[in-house]
Amino acid sequence: MQQNEFDSYPVFTEEMKKTHTILLPMMLPIHFTLMKRILNSFGYKTELLENDSRDVINEGLKNVHNDTCYPALLVIGQMINALKSGKYDPDKVALMITQTGGGCRASNYIYLLRKALKKSGFGQVPVISLNFSGLDSSPGFKLTLPMILRLVYAVVMGDFLMLIKNQCKPYERNPGETDALVQRWLDIILTSWSDGALVSYKKMKALYPRILEDFAAIPKTGEKKVRVGIVGEIYVKYSPMGNNHLEDFLLSEGAEPVVPGLIDFCLYCIYNGIEDRKLYGGKMLTSRINGIAYDYFVAKQRDMIEAIKRHGVFDPPMPFPETNRLASQYISHGVKMGEGWLLTVEMAELIHEGVRNIVCTQPFGCLPNHIVGKGMINEIKQKHPDANIVAIDYDPGASEVNQQNRIKLMLANASF
Amino acid sequence: MSLSVGIDIGSTTVKVVVMDDGVITMKHYERHFSQVRQKTAEMLRLARGAIGERAFTVAISGSAGFGVAKAAGLPFIQEVFATGEAVRHSGEAIDIVIELGGEDAKILFLTGGLEERMNGTCAGGTGAFIDQMATLLDVTTDELDQLSLRAQRLYPIASRCGVFAKSDIQPLLNQGAAKEDIAASIFQAVVDQTITGLAQGRRIEGKIAFLGGPLHFFKGLQKRFVETLHLSPENALFPDLGQYSVAIGSAVFSEQSAEQLTFDELLTRVEDTANEVHSARYLEPLFADEDDYEAFVERHRRATVPERAIESYEGNAYLGIDCGSTTTKVVLISQQAELLYQYYGSNRGNPVDIIKEQLQQVWRLCGGRVNIRASVCTGYGEELIKNAFGIDAGIVETMAHFKAARFFCPNVDFILDIGGQDIKCFQVKNDSIDSIMLNEACSSGCGSFIETFARSMGYEIAEFSQKGIFSQYPVDLGSRCTVFMNSSVKQAQKEGAGVEDISAGLSMSVVKNAIYKVIRAHSADELGEHIVVQGGTFYNDAVLRSFEKEIGRDVIRPTIAGLMGAYGAALYGRELELAETATMRPDQLAAFTHTSKAAQCGLCTNHCNLTVNTFSGNRRFISGNKCERPLGVGKAKELPNLYAYKMDRIRNLKSTPGRRGRIGIPLGLAMFENLPFWHAFFEELGIETVLSDVSSTELYGKGRYTIPSDTACYPAKLMHGHIESLFEKGVDTIFYPCLTYNFDEHKGDNHYNCPVVAYYAELMRANITKLQTVRFLYPYFGLHRPKDFEKKAYQYFKGYYTDLTQREVSAAAKKAYAAYYAWQDDLKAEGARAIAYARANGLQMVVLAGRPYHIDPEINHGIDRLLSSFGIVVLTEDAVADLVEPQKVNVLNQWTYHARLYNAAKYCTMHDDTELVQLVSFGCGIDAITTDEVRAILERGGKLYTQLKIDEINNLGAVKIRIRSLLGAVEERRRRAKRRDA
Repeated sequence: MQQNEFDSYPVFTEEMKKTHTILLPMMLPIHFTLMKRILNSFGYKTELLENDSRDVINEGLKNVHNDTCYPALLVIGQMINALKSGKYDPDKVALMITQTGGGCRASNYIYLLRKALKKSGFGQVPVISLNFSGLDSSPGFKLTLPMILRLVYAVVMGDFLMLIKNQCKPYERNPGETDALVQRWLDIILTSWSDGALVSYKKMKALYPRILEDFAAIPKTGEKKVRVGIVGEIYVKYSPMGNNHLEDFLLSEGAEPVVPGLIDFCLYCIYNGIEDRKLYGGKMLTSRINGIAYDYFVAKQRDMIEAIKRHGVFDPPMPFPETNRLASQYISHGVKMGEGWLLTVEMAELIHEGVRNIVCTQPFGCLPNHIVGKGMINEIKQKHPDANIVAIDYDPGASEVNQQNRIKLMLANASF
Repeated sequence: MSLSVGIDIGSTTVKVVVMDDGVITMKHYERHFSQVRQKTAEMLRLARGAIGERAFTVAISGSAGFGVAKAAGLPFIQEVFATGEAVRHSGEAIDIVIELGGEDAKILFLTGGLEERMNGTCAGGTGAFIDQMATLLDVTTDELDQLSLRAQRLYPIASRCGVFAKSDIQPLLNQGAAKEDIAASIFQAVVDQTITGLAQGRRIEGKIAFLGGPLHFFKGLQKRFVETLHLSPENALFPDLGQYSVAIGSAVFSEQSAEQLTFDELLTRVEDTANEVHSARYLEPLFADEDDYEAFVERHRRATVPERAIESYEGNAYLGIDCGSTTTKVVLISQQAELLYQYYGSNRGNPVDIIKEQLQQVWRLCGGRVNIRASVCTGYGEELIKNAFGIDAGIVETMAHFKAARFFCPNVDFILDIGGQDIKCFQVKNDSIDSIMLNEACSSGCGSFIETFARSMGYEIAEFSQKGIFSQYPVDLGSRCTVFMNSSVKQAQKEGAGVEDISAGLSMSVVKNAIYKVIRAHSADELGEHIVVQGGTFYNDAVLRSFEKEIGRDVIRPTIAGLMGAYGAALYGRELELAETATMRPDQLAAFTHTSKAAQCGLCTNHCNLTVNTFSGNRRFISGNKCERPLGVGKAKELPNLYAYKMDRIRNLKSTPGRRGRIGIPLGLAMFENLPFWHAFFEELGIETVLSDVSSTELYGKGRYTIPSDTACYPAKLMHGHIESLFEKGVDTIFYPCLTYNFDEHKGDNHYNCPVVAYYAELMRANITKLQTVRFLYPYFGLHRPKDFEKKAYQYFKGYYTDLTQREVSAAAKKAYAAYYAWQDDLKAEGARAIAYARANGLQMVVLAGRPYHIDPEINHGIDRLLSSFGIVVLTEDAVADLVEPQKVNVLNQWTYHARLYNAAKYCTMHDDTELVQLVSFGCGIDAITTDEVRAILERGGKLYTQLKIDEINNLGAVKIRIRSLLGAVEERRRRAKRRDA
């Protein structure tokens, strides 16, 4: 009710790099663990938040306008809940949150977080914006080129492990074996990344065949399961807390979850910088830089795909340039807010790869998803009459039984 | 010979069928009152005779059946899929199945591409909604059905969800609309909701089977479906066994199952599940023990107002009437404000009769000794009661509640009132109202929800709330709105929660809604030391305790919590210092009659639905109007109203036939801002622009079936109707561009459009299949870069108009920009004129701050004219946004339209005679951010913040209260300031 004056907020200073622990919200367990290690290897002290309970949601409801999107509520709730837990010295922590700068509400999470911190008596806690568009800079946290390149490795490796894991877990003969193997490889990678030297891409790439070999060796049942794609707003798509543990639910219903990678989202963001100039004009330089980044990322994804293909056991993801080309059959590349055209094309991509059953997740009231999610299902069905898509809204007040019931309807109609 | 059993456990009922070789040999249907497992076992026993000792197959279905099936290790089949099985089994050539249940609505398209769909989150609780509405009308569901069949006309009822529908129905009741018409309108809302939510671009036509309980039992609902979908009798099937379809489908499906069971085996398995313990999300109990509760009761017992037996009193008295949304309250107070008489009761859907009885009673008690000097009425029914019974004055309910609380506790810091429909809060500082917070549309009806829910479970409210007091495991039911809460209740019931736990859980949910959605409080300290809570809902000790627990502070609940509105009204009556009341006397009351008739006003394009009340003595009272015109008081001098001005200018934008044909433009969303631009652009190119009709409910109805996402905002959903309108006009080209960026007005950090405005064209292309039959142009343009636009526009349009030249397009672009800026300048000049007029005449001004498309009369529902009728000069946000320096805000200021809001708010803080009212469309995610900022700017400048959430909801009852509250508070502040100065 009472609002704070317009005022300044604490910034993350260079000194704080030494004194403060940076807390990161959780979204993708594998990726974020790897990214955390990269940040640490550049001299930051970071910690991933793993608190996941009803208290997180309640904290979010207390601190964020309840009509704000569910991801904001969860991320902010998770952070405030962590600060209140007593585990951290509020004078020695900082928070990090991503900011895309796009036209959807998500660019405002950081401001909502700052408001919430102040209201909860944590006004001294600085918030770092992780973004690539020059918004909201912090003197103590600089994204350098070497760091960005290595974060890219973490994303690629994260996608790789997630992909293979999803293809193994539903079929494992001994429950828990896949997860254990993921953990073992994570440990190996993390150890190799912590020797102080910069992470080497060459060494990382060399791991692909070994990892593939290990996962292929897991004893499997050989049964045939329905594959179900998960697309949607990035946070509820990936975060188990955001989607009420959707992957686990699908597994328990005897399906194989297929989750498109994070690389696609990164490439989508980069590509938008190129598309913007095409549509509206603008600086050549920005567009060029984006072009270079795009090619770099694509090359990294290609290496991963090649490795999977060479090994020949698992299904590789669609190379992004193909995904990108596919988009134009469904929606314009100009739709760039939120997950934009990527969300639509992810559904299309899944279907092209034979995954006809899809859960399209979105926070209740998500603006971009009216257009690119629910708004495009009809278009996709026109082109693929056998597509079996269910749109599920996530919200603190939404009934889980209702969500599951709708997913079960989709599963009842599912085909291989 | 195969024997099979189908069990359908839905959200409210259990259905069991036994099929012998495809023929039903036994069927049974009963409500389970959340005793899911016990009831299922009980009903199975009834099937014993039909089954005997034979082995059979079985399958369970239904939203509550999942848990049972899992626990019992029996096959489960999703209910919609089961319906499909049943229909396939019947062998009938059916194209579409519509099935409504207690909680969910489903549609199955069986031909032309199989699709099976269920309602979205907002549209939950179909059957439960009908139950609740019946309770609201104080009739049984059967009576509701009977009433609906005798309806003369339909009122437009918001169909997005149960909460919004209720917001339209409640005021209708209070205005005296006929129950028959309301009943039919309720069913129509269900029909509209089903079509909007489930059609999603597919036509509902062909042979349609209607299944499920509500569609089986309610003839009125059947009728509404048949009429709305224009179905011929042979195409509308209402099978006799409609309510058993899921159970039948389950039985059919079970035949594929390998497992054969005997009756005893099945019964044992189901019975065993009944003892299972379930884990839901529990909250802390309300009270630690009996003593804790006793102390609580004792503490609150002390908060009383002085009473006095009327028999012993002689002298002046003042009558206060609070005709609320669900209850009617009457008090009579003495000169010293002692309570002489009190009444509190449900208005049973007809407040007039109750007030009549009450007045007779009061007069009787007054005898000759007590002299009523004034009577004052407040609440939703204020106008009606005032006119019916010659009540002396009316007072807006917020002010009445405020007066009462202040009188009761002079040093009060914070007042919270939870009534049946509304939640009102006041922060008091320096002896005056510092801020008023009223619930927005989604939080409506929280108070009465507990009561209607209790009754649907077969409890009286007092008993129901008492049950919650000692619940050990209150369930967490969420706080968004009552529709979501209702769904959560169903979930909790399925998981085995008892009535106690639900009662306590609901109390907490309602309180959390008030604290986190209405008050937006973070800690008790923000509210202050002395907190008074009132309103009928606080009679519920569970609610009161939940509130104290949630904010962590003891509060004061007057023992007359529910009467505070009436008490405040009586206090106001005392201030009036009238010699004698004009209230109807006993003899007149005896002859009092009341009839009501629905009518439609034809005096302007708004076509308001009026209710004409006729009282004895041929007195008439008209309600439902949005302006003064139908009241026949003559056309008042029209005050400057920039909403009307802008709309008129748009309407008068004429286009001339040109050499390059016609282009259709839907008049919605960004077009309210950019039309002058495109109009000039196409005019210069020799293309005639053809506009769709101005929005209306009918226009909305035409496009409803192509809406893919029902939770989008109403302005966006109207676009579907506009496209239909353009088709009716026979255009072969339709233009609606995608605009990621808006004009850069240099007010913020960026200049985006919101995602919906920016890309709605993409959605229309993908969902309105008809658009494939015309040329639908939806180019991406950046109007913020004029030079680039000239080139990009040429490249784009030459593909369609091959004879175009760059030079032509450049010239047209220049004209377009000039036209746009001239339009904006004109608007600002008109704004300046309006301000000058208001100042010269000493009139109050209100900036009705929204988006450009809020000038659409179907979107704002005539709120601008309502303000005019209060003698207010209405300004728009864009008319004043340039009068101040760009605002710095605490959020990322990156949307052009929204940046104007911040500036407009700043402007209001600089002028004593200007207030701001923010219009927010339901579903506008971005306004979750702007509303907090606009409020912050206003409150920092010492101004009150008022938000009106608008959607399909037609009735302005709630809006009126908010506006009058604002005006009342401003008035009160001015009075106090004057007094301080003097």
